[in-house]
Amino acid sequence: MRTKPIGKPVFFIVFILILALAFTAFFGVENYKGDTREIYLKGAKDIRWGIDIRGGVEAVFSPDKQDVEITAEDMDAAKAIIETRMVNKNITDYEVYTDANNHQIIVRFPWAAEESNFDAAAAVQELGETALLTFCREQDKEQVILSGAADIKSAEPGMDENGGYAVYLNFTDAGKSKFSKATAELVGKTVSIWMDDVMIQAPTVNTAITTGEAYITGMESADAAKALADKINAGALPFALTVDDSKLQVISPTLGSDALRVMVIAGSIAFGVVCLLMILRYRLNGFVAAIALLGQLAGSIACISGYFSSAESFTLTIPGIAGIILSIGVGVDCNVIAAERIRDEFKKGKTIDGAIDSGFKNSLSAIVDGNVTIVIVSIVLMGAFGTPDSLFGKIFSPLMSLFGTSITGTIYSFGYTLLIGVIFNLIMGVLASKWMLKSVSRLKFLRKPWLYGGNNNA
Amino acid sequence: MREFKIDFNKAFKWVVLVYAVIFIAGTVFSFFGVNLDINFSGGTKISYSYTGDIADKDIEDTVKTVIKSPFTVSKSTALAGNTQTFEIALVGKDAVSAEDQKNLSGELEKKFKDNKIVLYNSNSVSPTVAGSFFLKALVAVVITSILVVIYVGFRFRKIGGVSAALTALCALVFDVLIAFFTCVFFGLQIDLNFMAVVLTILGYSLNDTIVIYDRVRENRKLNPDMEIGDLVNMSVNKVMIRNIVTTVTTFLAVATIIVVSEIYGLTTLRTFAIPMAFGLVSGAVTSLFVSGPLWVIWKRYKAKKA
Repeated sequence: MRTKPIGKPVFFIVFILILALAFTAFFGVENYKGDTREIYLKGAKDIRWGIDIRGGVEAVFSPDKQDVEITAEDMDAAKAIIETRMVNKNITDYEVYTDANNHQIIVRFPWAAEESNFDAAAAVQELGETALLTFCREQDKEQVILSGAADIKSAEPGMDENGGYAVYLNFTDAGKSKFSKATAELVGKTVSIWMDDVMIQAPTVNTAITTGEAYITGMESADAAKALADKINAGALPFALTVDDSKLQVISPTLGSDALRVMVIAGSIAFGVVCLLMILRYRLNGFVAAIALLGQLAGSIACISGYFSSAESFTLTIPGIAGIILSIGVGVDCNVIAAERIRDEFKKGKTIDGAIDSGFKNSLSAIVDGNVTIVIVSIVLMGAFGTPDSLFGKIFSPLMSLFGTSITGTIYSFGYTLLIGVIFNLIMGVLASKWMLKSVSRLKFLRKPWLYGGNNNA
Repeated sequence: MREFKIDFNKAFKWVVLVYAVIFIAGTVFSFFGVNLDINFSGGTKISYSYTGDIADKDIEDTVKTVIKSPFTVSKSTALAGNTQTFEIALVGKDAVSAEDQKNLSGELEKKFKDNKIVLYNSNSVSPTVAGSFFLKALVAVVITSILVVIYVGFRFRKIGGVSAALTALCALVFDVLIAFFTCVFFGLQIDLNFMAVVLTILGYSLNDTIVIYDRVRENRKLNPDMEIGDLVNMSVNKVMIRNIVTTVTTFLAVATIIVVSEIYGLTTLRTFAIPMAFGLVSGAVTSLFVSGPLWVIWKRYKAKKA
C-alpha cells in the first residue's frame, strides 16, 4: 500500500514556514516610530516572566476598616479571591501570604521595572477592590435589592441586541425571587446597578423580570465587558483592602538577577545538544526532526507570549518551563519512535519510500496514545488548579468546588505549557515531519538509504 | 545495532531490591530533616531597609550566626522613594522567637553599621499552600488516574488494558519517591517547583510505558499464542533502543541546564534540575523493568487462579 506522493517543494515550504514562525515568535515584529515601539507580533522578550526569573512587585494589603472583626476564614476567603483575580489576568505566578494576627495579606506578583505599559500601582489598587455588585431600588444605594455571590450566580461578557458590549448576569434562586419581586413593584421606575460605590447604570424597568437574568449594557469595549464579568465571577472581598503605597516594593528575581540570561543560554545549548544527537543518530531523519522541534518550540513560545499584539501574555515561570521541557521530551520521543521504525523497515529489506511510509504508519499508534495520555494529565491539571470559570475549570467545577477554590497558578501554568506543547508536537512531530521527510526523499541527490537509517548497499 | 536479549521478568526482582534499598536509606535520611520552603511550612518574613551596597552572601553569613533554621534572603526596592530593603524569609512556624529577632536585628546593625539597617516590616505568615491544596491535588491525582485507566483500558483492550494501566500507575509511585528522595539526599529545598518536577517525571514515565504497551499490543496480534511473559519480554527488548535514545537525549538536555547554571552560579536552579535529572532516569528504568514485569506477574496470577 502506497500513500499519495508528496511533492518536492513541500519540504521547502514547510521549512520556510517553520523558520518564519520561529523567527517571529522568538524576536517579534516591531517598528519604531520615533521613540514609541509599535508591536505587530510579540516576541519572546514580550513574555511576562515569573517573579523567580525577572522579579516583581510586593504589596502589603490591610483591611480599610480596622474596627470590624475579621476572622481567619475571612482572610482565607480574601486570599482565594485575590488569587482568582490574578489568574484571570493571566498572572499565574504569584505568592499570597496571609498574616492572620496582623490582618495583613502580602501579595507578590511578577513585573519588571522596564515594563512601561503596566501600571503596578493601579494593578495593586484593583486587586484590593471589594468588587461587590449590587442592584438597588431607583438610585438609592441604601435600598438594596440583591447583592453579591449569594444572589448572583455568574456573569458572562456578550453583546446586546444593538450590537453593543454587555455583561449577562445569571441570578441564583434567591436572587431571582428578590429581583422579580422588586421589578414588579418598580415598573416605570429605575433600578440602579452599582460596582462598589460607583453606579454603573440605572435602566428603567418596563416589565417585571422573572427569568432570573439581567444584563448590563453600554460597556466601552469587549475587554471592559470581560474584565467586569471576571470581576463579578471572582467574587467580592469580605472587606475592601487598601495598600500602603510606601510599602509597595520592587523585588529582585528570587533566582538571582542574572537568571533570565543564564536560562536563555542554557536552553539554547540544551536545544542544540538535542538536535545534534538526533542528527548524529538519525542523519536526515534527525535533521527533519530538529526542524520539527524548532517549530514545536516556536509554537509554544507564540502561545505563551500571545503572539498577536492584542493578546495578553501568559506568565512564564520555572514550572511553565518544566512543561515546555516535558513537551519537548515527548516531541523528541515522537521523532525517535518514527526514526527507529524506519530503521526497522530497512532491515526488513524495504525501499526508501516503503520504509518511510510504513515507519510513520507503524509508529503512529504509540505516539498518539502517549500524547493523548499526557493531554489528559494536562487538562486535569488546568481544570483542577485554574480558575473555576475557565474552560477546563467548568468541566471539573462540580467536583472541585467541594474543596474550596484553591487556585495554584504555578501548576496551572505547567498544565498550559504542557498542553500547547503536546498539541504542537502532534502538528509538527507527526504531520510536518512526515511531509518534510517524504518530500525531501524525492530529491535525487538525497535518495541514499543510509541517510534515512538504512544500509548503503541496500 | 545489536539486538537486546534481557530477561526483564528476572531482572524485576533485582531492580525492585535496588529501589527498596534507596527508599529505606531515603526514609532514614528524612528523619534528619526534610527541607520545606516557606510556601509549605509558613514562617516569618522580616525585612530591613538599608543604604549603600550589601552582598547577599554577607547577609546570609550574618543571619546564619543567629538563626539555626533554614531561610532565604531576597532584595527589593520600594516603588516610591527608592528605599532599598532585604527580606529574610525564615521557614517554620516557630522559626524565630522575639528574642531571636532582637538578636538578629542587633547582629545585622553591628555587622553593617555603615548601611543604616532599620527594621522595615515583620510578618508571621501561614503556609500559602494549605491543606485544601493537598486535598485538591489528591483529587486531581485520582481523576487523572481514572481517566488514564479508562483511556488505556479502551485503547489496549485487546491485551487487557485496565490491568496494564494499573501496573503502569504503580510504577509511577517509584518515580515520585525517587524525585523526593533525591531532594532529601542532596538537602534540596522542596518548593512549588518540586511539584512541577514530579508532574514532568510522571508524564514522561507514563509516555514511556505506553510506548512499551503499544509494542506488546502489536506483537500480540502477530503472536496470538505466545506466553505473556515472553511476549512482554520480546516487546520491551524491541523498544529498548528507542527508550535509551530518548532518555539519553532528554537527560543530556537537563544535564546541560545543570552544568550551564552551575557555571554561571545560578544555584537556585538546583532544586529544579537535579531531581528532574534523576527522575527522568528512574522513569525510563521503571517503564522497562517495573511496569511490564509487574503486569506479567498480575496476568500469570490471574491465569493460575482461573
